[in-house]
Amino acid sequence: MSKYNFDYLDELEAEAIHILREVAGQFEKPALLFSGGKDSITLVRLAEKAFRPGKFPFPLVHIDTGHNFEETIDYRDSMVARLGERLIVGSVQQSIDEGKVVEQKGKNASRNALQTVTLLETIEKYQFDACIGGARRDEEKARAKERIFSVRDEFGQWDPKRQRPELWNIYNGKINKGENVRVFPISNWTELDVWNYIRREKIELPSIYFAHDRDVITRNGQLMAASPYVNMDDEDVVERKKVRFRTVGDISCTAAIESDAFLIDDIISEISQSKISERGARMDDKVSEAAMEDRKKGGYF
Amino acid sequence: MNILKFFTAGSVDDGKSTLIGRLLYDTDSILADQLEAIQNANRKNDDGTVDLAILTDGLRAEREQGITIDVAYKYFQTDKRKFIIADTPGHIQYTRNMVTGASTANLAIILVDARNGIIEQTIRHSYLVSLLGIKHVVLAVNKMDMVDYSETVFDAITQKYKTLAEELKLKDVTYIPVSALKGDNIVHQSERMTWYTGESLLHFLEQVDTAVEDKSEKARMPVQWVIRPQTDELHDYRGYSGRVVSGSFKVNDKITVLPSGASSTISKIEFFDKELEEASSGQSVTIHLATDVDISRGDTIVNSSALPQESKLVEADLCWMDTKALDTSITYLLQHNSKLTKCKIAEVVYKVDINTLEKHAADEFKLNDIGRVVLKTADYLPFDFYDESKANGSAILIDSRTNLTVGATMFRALAD
Repeated sequence: MSKYNFDYLDELEAEAIHILREVAGQFEKPALLFSGGKDSITLVRLAEKAFRPGKFPFPLVHIDTGHNFEETIDYRDSMVARLGERLIVGSVQQSIDEGKVVEQKGKNASRNALQTVTLLETIEKYQFDACIGGARRDEEKARAKERIFSVRDEFGQWDPKRQRPELWNIYNGKINKGENVRVFPISNWTELDVWNYIRREKIELPSIYFAHDRDVITRNGQLMAASPYVNMDDEDVVERKKVRFRTVGDISCTAAIESDAFLIDDIISEISQSKISERGARMDDKVSEAAMEDRKKGGYF
Repeated sequence: MNILKFFTAGSVDDGKSTLIGRLLYDTDSILADQLEAIQNANRKNDDGTVDLAILTDGLRAEREQGITIDVAYKYFQTDKRKFIIADTPGHIQYTRNMVTGASTANLAIILVDARNGIIEQTIRHSYLVSLLGIKHVVLAVNKMDMVDYSETVFDAITQKYKTLAEELKLKDVTYIPVSALKGDNIVHQSERMTWYTGESLLHFLEQVDTAVEDKSEKARMPVQWVIRPQTDELHDYRGYSGRVVSGSFKVNDKITVLPSGASSTISKIEFFDKELEEASSGQSVTIHLATDVDISRGDTIVNSSALPQESKLVEADLCWMDTKALDTSITYLLQHNSKLTKCKIAEVVYKVDINTLEKHAADEFKLNDIGRVVLKTADYLPFDFYDESKANGSAILIDSRTNLTVGATMFRALAD
């Protein structure tokens, strides 16, 4: 056998590249869902490794809630310019303006759930038959059950009881008209694997992943950015703290953690010692034990 | 550090989910918020302790029924290794899900209840392990706390299993007495079974050697995608990209492209911004050839000095995975690596009763049935036998009416 030293990151990387190339080979109109978060940034890097010096065989698609951290939009635009790839933006604001969805009310209002409608509309408008996403099985227990090629019906719904068997490294991308497939190339990566890969590949990230000073409020025991997109009232006390974000989603549902980690090495050691899961900082998962399963059945990423 | 993928076979009654929960719990792999979530859950053990099984039951229906329906993947690591666990359902009704979880595993943990010993289900699970060619097996005799940690009970079970293992040609079996509920011999060595001198389960999993799983050294790379930038500066660039499934390719190797039979020489191997001298099993790369050859997705590049089998007829083991029974009169699609071709089941040779391992003639093949068939494909398949190469010796069947994956096949012999 070879003397090549193939470590776990190489193995995970080679598997993800294989999956991306299967998408390219099996589908007519795939797309890569890009959120500006570290997982989708990792996917972009893997796509470069799979397809360069050729172009990506798919556009990047950003479902924009309109409630973004400015830093992630800046990052997105400069990354797209560097890559020379096509970006399609699906706007939640537009879905609201057109009356297709109704903005949530109240203190904990978030646009996170509204994204599903905009995503499904965007899929329909561009006739995407496969959407590549950065979800990982270690994030949450409904995700732990999902296939790498996950078939969704015309309404974007996931049926966990009728998943196709997925054997060896053979992915069945055959679908009926109207269906589409969500593809998760980094299913088998953990949060720590993603960070170790980012460090090894020297991938640049949006600055909000690193410790910075920010005005925050404490809501349900979690730190939320004090932003016009978070509904605040007199009870909310704004404090300035040194924080960073572990996931990047809609401002209104992404909590920060207090941290001094502003180098990637610091972050890796912080995560290695952390006792709270990454999705623990997501308000959207706190609703019930089956919160994610319900959202996925409804067409969520 | 490398990755060990293992799966667990056994039913909820055997304490399978508890065993996984225990592995995660005792290796400190459960995070505070997840632990809090299970502590708040309604389900508890009889003695009021946290039910660790909840950690792996992901779907609402599974929590409601207290069973595992589909494969759940769990991840943890120690200083020595990274682990991917496929927690698979044990009930016969979910055999296809177990086969799914087992297909990518290096090792199987087969659980038995010390009070019941080897039962029909143990035979079935062991058969699947043997069928799928999983090299390493751990027979975990669980619930030792319920039999007073008795060495006699453990010995009787292992003796009986040895006969089965021999029959199924399972060469590497390790026997460990455990109590997942109490934590004996899972992560920590049990103090209640001093007669057991072997390793704890985790310690064994950390050490087991998986370096050479597929013994084939024959170089194979199914082409997934042809990279053609078609820009001014890269006008003539043609790179064939794919994942090497066995053996290794070196620059200057003579290769043959199948099914066309065209041959050429490797001029360059690329991986993104690097040029490699060699690409080995498992690596995703891009290969360039010295001469112009017509190659597209679905073709396989092989080393010219070690050609694969090439046939339109192959004898294979088939595991049927659809609620609609096999229909020998219709044409299915067969997906072998990146190749898709039409396929018929020319003959059902026999069906196996997976509870007794008896073979018998059959004219129907229903959900979860396993047996030997002859496949007839429209195009020549460049394959190796499953024993030599899992990747190049396996394929799936797709029903083109529903697009569902309906069968898993493992190539065993040439058919005449």
